[in-house]
Amino acid sequence: MTALLRITPQLLTLAALMAMVTLFFPGFLKIEFVDGRLVGPVMDILKRGAPVGLLAVGMTLVIATRGIDLSVGTVVAITGAVTAWAITNGYGLGGALVLALAAGAVAGIWNGCLVAIAGIQPIVATLILMTSGRGIAQLVTEGRILTFSHDGLAFFGSGDLLGIPVPALIWLATAIGVTLLMRRTALGLLVEAVGVNRAASALAGVNATVLLIAVYVASGLCAALAGIIATADIRGADANNAGLWLELDAILAVVIGGNSLLGGRFSIAAALLGALIIQTIDTGILLAGFPSEYNLVIKAALVLVILVLQSPNLAGHWYALRRTFGRQPAATTATAKGAKQ
Amino acid sequence: MLLTIRSLTKTFPGTRALDGVDFDLAAGEIHALLGENGAGKSTLIKCLTGAYARDAGKISLDGQTVSPKSTSEAQELGIGTVYQEVNLLANLTVAQNLTFGREPTRFGMVDGRAQRQQAEAMLEGYGLDIDVSRDLSTYSVAVRQIVAIARAVALSGKVLILDEPTASLDSREVETLFGVMRKLRDQGMGMIFVSHFLDQVFSLTDRVTVLRNGRKITTERTADLDRVRLIEHMLGHTLENEVAGHRKADHGLPRSELLRFEDFGRRGHIEPFNLSVGEGEVLGLAGLLGSGRTESAELMFGVASAHSGSAQDKSGAIDLSSPRAAIAAGFGFAPEERKADGIVADLSVRENIALAMQARRGWARPISRSEQTRLAQDYIARLDIRTSGPDQVVGDLSGGNQQKVVLARWLAMNPRFLILDEPTRGIDVGAHAEILRLIDEVTKEGMSILVISSELDELIAVANRVIVVRDRRHVAELTGSEITTETIVRAIAAPEQGEDAA
Amino acid sequence: MKSLMMTVAVLALGATASMAQTVGFSQIGSESGWRAAETTLTKQQAEERGIDLKFSDAQQKQENQIAAIRSFIAQGVDAILLAPVVATGWDSVLQEAHEAEIPVVLLDRSVDSDKALYLTAVGSDLVHEGAVAGQWLVDTVAGNDCRVVELQGTTGSSPAIDRKAGFESAIEGHDNIEIVRSQTGDFTRAQGKEVMESFLQAENGGKDICALYAHNDDMAVGAIQAIKEAGLKPGEDILVVSIDAVPDIFQAMAAGEANATVELTPNMAGPAFDALKAYMEDGAEPAKFIQTESKLYTQADDPAGEYERRKDLGY
Repeated sequence: MTALLRITPQLLTLAALMAMVTLFFPGFLKIEFVDGRLVGPVMDILKRGAPVGLLAVGMTLVIATRGIDLSVGTVVAITGAVTAWAITNGYGLGGALVLALAAGAVAGIWNGCLVAIAGIQPIVATLILMTSGRGIAQLVTEGRILTFSHDGLAFFGSGDLLGIPVPALIWLATAIGVTLLMRRTALGLLVEAVGVNRAASALAGVNATVLLIAVYVASGLCAALAGIIATADIRGADANNAGLWLELDAILAVVIGGNSLLGGRFSIAAALLGALIIQTIDTGILLAGFPSEYNLVIKAALVLVILVLQSPNLAGHWYALRRTFGRQPAATTATAKGAKQ
Repeated sequence: MLLTIRSLTKTFPGTRALDGVDFDLAAGEIHALLGENGAGKSTLIKCLTGAYARDAGKISLDGQTVSPKSTSEAQELGIGTVYQEVNLLANLTVAQNLTFGREPTRFGMVDGRAQRQQAEAMLEGYGLDIDVSRDLSTYSVAVRQIVAIARAVALSGKVLILDEPTASLDSREVETLFGVMRKLRDQGMGMIFVSHFLDQVFSLTDRVTVLRNGRKITTERTADLDRVRLIEHMLGHTLENEVAGHRKADHGLPRSELLRFEDFGRRGHIEPFNLSVGEGEVLGLAGLLGSGRTESAELMFGVASAHSGSAQDKSGAIDLSSPRAAIAAGFGFAPEERKADGIVADLSVRENIALAMQARRGWARPISRSEQTRLAQDYIARLDIRTSGPDQVVGDLSGGNQQKVVLARWLAMNPRFLILDEPTRGIDVGAHAEILRLIDEVTKEGMSILVISSELDELIAVANRVIVVRDRRHVAELTGSEITTETIVRAIAAPEQGEDAA
Repeated sequence: MKSLMMTVAVLALGATASMAQTVGFSQIGSESGWRAAETTLTKQQAEERGIDLKFSDAQQKQENQIAAIRSFIAQGVDAILLAPVVATGWDSVLQEAHEAEIPVVLLDRSVDSDKALYLTAVGSDLVHEGAVAGQWLVDTVAGNDCRVVELQGTTGSSPAIDRKAGFESAIEGHDNIEIVRSQTGDFTRAQGKEVMESFLQAENGGKDICALYAHNDDMAVGAIQAIKEAGLKPGEDILVVSIDAVPDIFQAMAAGEANATVELTPNMAGPAFDALKAYMEDGAEPAKFIQTESKLYTQADDPAGEYERRKDLGY
């Protein structure tokens, strides 16, 4: 129940956005069953939202520890390149997936060690891989778009299972898996404790160093899944463009999900809704048919409105405003927020 | 009257934090504001400084009604504040801090020389001999506090509120601070002094106002009050045995040895020491701030690893290379910096209490929510933690209750050796007594405790043995009737009477 | 590795052929396959002509290019090829080359400096490329109604603006052809696919689309996949025309999934060397802009063979 309450603002935002897109593109909510698969703009959003959604899962954990992982977009490029390289060099589907995930894990260990052992600030530590990683990806692809034709791998980008796009299933399964891992074990609590106060947690016996490395590895693995999907989708690894700026969308998704950049309490579900909100904006803009010059302005304006509406300060102002106009306070939660301002 | 407050009322959901409180402050007066945690002291101060808007009542300054809406507005009106956690910027220089927001400029650029001169002028008369061009962080908390006062006085100049200014100062620093305050009093400044140290209240203040549960209980001249009556006002009931020296009786009991530290030390932290800990024993560690008290504790808990020596119990050597190893060996540690190293502020009481136990069990074996709640409820009742429930956020609790949560975390682990670093600092009298009682209780069950404290009375009351630390060395060990204020002070003061490493 | 060996070979050649000219080449970097192909072809062209090519990769930085040109001048090369990363800020270094009487030929992109400071610029006419693609569509649909969707390049970039303008000028006056949707695909395969998916959604599952015009081949390749996944046949149900002529589009044309592409030749060095030769031997002053051919390739032009010819150029 409290979990549902936590994601209510994001659910309302998503619903409002979908209603708005429907105004501009009436067929938005239409889903058809064609050739054994579900087709429609909503299915496209579920599928296209996969990379940002997957990155947001890992990013949520990293941000919960008061960190940030700027390298995920680059790791998408690296792991995508590794996938394509492995499949064209005959390592087979299994080999390609294992190598890609291993590359993501190595990236995570690198970031995690810089943060947890060398004590470098996360934004700086992950910036190193962010700026240098694309070079690594280009070395793997030898500077070209490394294309392949392997239906098994392409299945991860454009296949369907029970009518649902495979990328959507992958991010859903990852999100549910990670959420269960966090909430059914004590990991969630320990991650939150380290994020709020690493020193106190370490003194209470929490193995903060290992935990920190682990969340960066989780982030690297999520990026590897996103890299596999991105590569499978276009049947080629584009080291220059794969995952470009996706780290920023992932951070934005986490923030729209109401997770604090200062660490602590986190909600993976809310971050995923954030990712869906971003993808709905992107797809909605394409469907609405505005000239492309307006894309970024419209996106920025919508994100601004969403973040302002969700800001806790504004909740206080709303309350004050309502009180000024002589209405009764509606809920005690609003009162508490008002008092804390 | 310089400052008059009439019928001040402030309500929060569920509680009336201030209920028709009257308060007066004369020019040239130091006025103590006392009360247990939750009595309404900080709410009163926040209403005065504009951090809160009052619901009802009147505040007048120099006969004019004022309603400051922010700290800076209060400053402009003449009300300045110095907090326990000094609200200055440690990474700027002293001069930059003193002139922050009104830097002298020359051709539109900050004029560094004029800035330093201005800063030096502001610090004149405070008895500080410091280089204002160095970073504030290079100076002790006491110096920072005085810099904060100098800034507040220069900015405001009428009313100065000092909220627990002495909490992290040693006795010499406290004296320096009090010298400054007395001088300001003579210059006609009105000061509100909030402190838990009753001795300081008696030695410094002119009048005392006691709040309890949001109401004013009394305002009296300090000279007319005695200690017992003051504590009665604060607690609302006669304190039966405040901190009686009731442990003296079992000083002589023979104890079986639990732990032994041999030649245990770390360069730059604490010289190698030998220490034996008996079962059910309370060890006191006395010394000035920076003498090596906390360093001794951190070494024993594996926060820093030892360069020399070993720790042993009956079954052999113990690994104390990290807090995790120490916890595995049955150790616990409630650190001095409660907010920074103790509580996990954004998490609930329940999660904070369960944290150490969960860390010990490992992530794969979660303590279920109902178990956590049962554990929390158990300790909330046992330690009388004032909270709305196990799910309240710890950061919202008062200092004393936060300390109890940290204690509960360790008691839940049932350690054999528990280190408490300044367990009663900054907490109210009631909680203070409860914590001392608790120490008594758990040691009877066989737990051994090491207490570090600046309050000698407290050590004398609870400790079976007192170790005195000076200049990063264990210099004396006192037992039984040797433990008196006089002997401890003499050991701390040192025969050579050199400069203290404060 | 291969390019390194080639450089070594070129250097060795330059050393033995004593009559060979020395030419410095300041390349932007290797940000795209086309750029890599341009580098490869420039080295090949130099080798064929016995020219000693000094190659410098600027890694997208103008200051690196300026430093490279100064070092070429110091080494006393006979001519300089420059693929400028930006249009402005070249005046002083071009002046230095001018004073040293070293002719500079600009490749692929132009600069805002005085035209007297460089010998000539070799490049493609982006508007013309768009027009060739448009004209192909006009000829192919032959008067039938055709609803076109357009995948633009990066918004605001000159290829996107010019290729759009050229295409529109070619279909002007042919009321049977109409651009119904136009969005940016950022010149990337992934965006090309994603935007094409939304076009298909918006246009009745793609049944209302007659042709796709993509500002580069990469976007077209991505879009082709989207069309296939929507259950339509690219090249038949939806005509596909794009620009650049990279190897992958020839593969698609060989498979019948793309219809036409307009070549942006990476061989800018060939015309540049020709102009330099004429200038040095006969003193012939070339025109200030040498336009490379924007050749149209269709499925009839042996796409499989073209693929084989191009696949090792570094695209």
